[in-house]
Amino acid sequence: MLNYIMSYLGSPLTPGQAGNQFWALIYVLIIFAGVSVVVMAMNWLERKALAHFQIRLGPMRVGPHGLLQPIADALKLMLKEDIIPAEADQFVFWVAPLIGLLAAFTVYTVIPFGPSQAVSDMNIGILFMLGVSSLGVLGIVTAGWASNSHYPLIGALRSSAQMVSYEVAMGLAVVSAILMTSLNTAGTGTLSMIGIVQAQQQQGVWFLFKFFPLGAIAFVIFAIAMVAETNRAPFDLAEAESELTAGFHTEYSGLRWSLFMLAEYAAMLAVSAIAVTLWLGGWMRPFPNLLSGPAWEFIFSLFPGLTFAALAGFTFLGTIRMPSHSFFKIQRIGLGVFGLLLAFIALVLFIIAIAGRNADGSLAARTREGIDYVYWFMFKVAIFMYLFIWYRATWPRYRFDQLMRVGWKVMLPISLGVLILTAIVGVLVK
Amino acid sequence: MSERTKEQANVLPDPASYVQGTKLDKLTHSTSNLEFETPDHPYLDSNELIINMGPQHPATHGVLRVILKLDGEKVLGTECVIGYLHRGVEKIAENRTYTMFNPYVDRMDYVAAVSNGLGYCQAVEKLLNIEAPPRANYIRVILTELNRIASHQLWLGTHALDIGAMTPLFYTFRDREEILKIFEKYCGARLTTHAFRIGGCQYETYAGFEKEVKNFLTFVAPKIDEYETLLTTNRIWLERTKNVGVISAADAIALGVTGPVLRASGVKWDIRKALPYANYADFDFEIPTGQNGDTYDRYLVRMVEMRQSLRIIEQAVNGIPEGPIMAKVPKVIKPAVGEIYHSIEAPKGELGYFIVSDGSTQPYRLRVRPPSFVNLQALDVMVRGMLVADVVAVIGTLDIVLGEVDR
Repeated sequence: MLNYIMSYLGSPLTPGQAGNQFWALIYVLIIFAGVSVVVMAMNWLERKALAHFQIRLGPMRVGPHGLLQPIADALKLMLKEDIIPAEADQFVFWVAPLIGLLAAFTVYTVIPFGPSQAVSDMNIGILFMLGVSSLGVLGIVTAGWASNSHYPLIGALRSSAQMVSYEVAMGLAVVSAILMTSLNTAGTGTLSMIGIVQAQQQQGVWFLFKFFPLGAIAFVIFAIAMVAETNRAPFDLAEAESELTAGFHTEYSGLRWSLFMLAEYAAMLAVSAIAVTLWLGGWMRPFPNLLSGPAWEFIFSLFPGLTFAALAGFTFLGTIRMPSHSFFKIQRIGLGVFGLLLAFIALVLFIIAIAGRNADGSLAARTREGIDYVYWFMFKVAIFMYLFIWYRATWPRYRFDQLMRVGWKVMLPISLGVLILTAIVGVLVK
Repeated sequence: MSERTKEQANVLPDPASYVQGTKLDKLTHSTSNLEFETPDHPYLDSNELIINMGPQHPATHGVLRVILKLDGEKVLGTECVIGYLHRGVEKIAENRTYTMFNPYVDRMDYVAAVSNGLGYCQAVEKLLNIEAPPRANYIRVILTELNRIASHQLWLGTHALDIGAMTPLFYTFRDREEILKIFEKYCGARLTTHAFRIGGCQYETYAGFEKEVKNFLTFVAPKIDEYETLLTTNRIWLERTKNVGVISAADAIALGVTGPVLRASGVKWDIRKALPYANYADFDFEIPTGQNGDTYDRYLVRMVEMRQSLRIIEQAVNGIPEGPIMAKVPKVIKPAVGEIYHSIEAPKGELGYFIVSDGSTQPYRLRVRPPSFVNLQALDVMVRGMLVADVVAVIGTLDIVLGEVDR
């Protein structure tokens, strides 16, 4: 048993590939817990960032600078009465949020946080990902239908039409990225998520900059489609607050409603992860071939520690700047302790970075590499998450027919053109 | 079924007869307690969906209820159900003296209370045949124009929010606050100001009033540009507002629409210029008009109006004369028998007061012509054939305040 567990350690493969169920389960648990925590953090960040865009402070009461607000919210939602409308289809109403959640979380099985930091490496990874993530709309449609109410129904119908039309453009953009993977000496492309990143590694360029501007256009198409895919502003027609009160989840309350939110944020993270994997070099650090060598490797491996150190610094700054009133005493202590925690994490990361600075295959070196991979992947995903908030603060909402027009008449032809051009250029280059 | 309702059922015409014409069938919001069997209504085929938007809805600006008849997302017809905020202001007037009724008008269009007060005070003054002194008129103009800016700011914030842009709301509220501060310093109230009295103003301006107003002018001008950077050339905003809720000049006039909604259709009708009241004739300002009569033009017209109001305020503050602020008004206001109609250009359109006096201390009848109420009539014309999202945009662009619609 112990041998079975230990045998995976040091393997360059993902647990799925190595056939190690135990580690696969551990990875699944880590990802589940991690995504849940990130969703909570995102919730706080969105409210805070949105507030600062809008000259407000955002949550400030629950914990220092509202840091405990997501926990308070989660607690509140769990304790709320669970209402199922009398006229609703009980079973479908019950199962709808779960479908969305399941789809959003299943996607994470193939997301490559690193060359071996994924639950599994499927040879049809991207196909699986697109397929499963588009199942999310099923949750929305069933929720809208089961509510047996007008506004949710309209929201659900909008959502399904929106998903179908944007998935096409999205799929074509993805295909043009996959075409680029076949531009190696062997001439074999891949659908594997890990393979796509490795193809970028071999070709020495992120697909964003490949055949400039073709890769970039495909990326922009995907970046727009993924906002529509996750029903976020300015494409949040399915839940358009000012038109449909709350759209498909109007009749939902309490924990069930929070499952929709969880699914939405998880889906946002998942599509961002696809974009990062396909165009932004996945887990690769910036400029791996320009700034190569052990010295640069070491400098870049300090980044995770530096990030946490900077966060700790901000936290300490906040602690100092807090008004010296007895009312803020507990908040000040809390914020200080949080800063110490961040500083401790930064310290650990620095120690790992220094201990594992030689790429000699030792445990320290492998840990350091793993942290780097996950860090750079999450760093790129975080940029997208910030963009999602930024979009929401800046843009009005599209109208339904305009959304469809943009999807079918603008994005689809462009992505088709990019696909054909990519294919032609690819053949010419070869 | 009680005896009474049976009787009612007998006198009610056949449900099918309601289908005639373009209006929605009245049955959808019938106030009678009759229950119709509805297995196969001849007028409700499976393609149509009847939806209640409101009275509790995030985008109906209060308690407006709009019954929408939809074909998918397309609006086949609408019907407004109003009265949820009816407080009987006109009836109350008949039981109050002219002076006592003054604060009540603030509660109609509560985001432009100063304009309401001005209209009422001037109507009574006209009835009494007295004239407010020049200084009072200047103060009145400054405050009403400030109120126009505040009202337009509130309109812009909520209108943008309806269309999905969240952020302008907070910017406009931040800047509106400065106006409310001036009101609060002048008369102690922020919203329902009761700023004016019959015959002039009760309060002399506070020390530093002119300086504060001037500071506000320099403060708010760049802020209006700031709102425009977020919206005017925003591609989504253009798509959401251009050619949405179009109303032709002829239709607008026929429906009695006034204010920015009328001017956006290209009719240059502003009571401040057409029938100058207070001392608007002394000031130099432009009347912006649109061409297409769509939501975007109405947006532009209001944006220009805010800037023109700044111009008026600037001239008024610089030219404010010294002197009394109150005309000679009898202690007990007892106008001669007669009737009067006086209207002003409120931020939302023509606000008129029709007062019938029977020679007593109380109006015999007081009728308000609220701009929101009349403008709301145009909703059906404007949204027919558009989509659900446009209904929300058009309600926003009409700039209705339900306190004024229902009174």
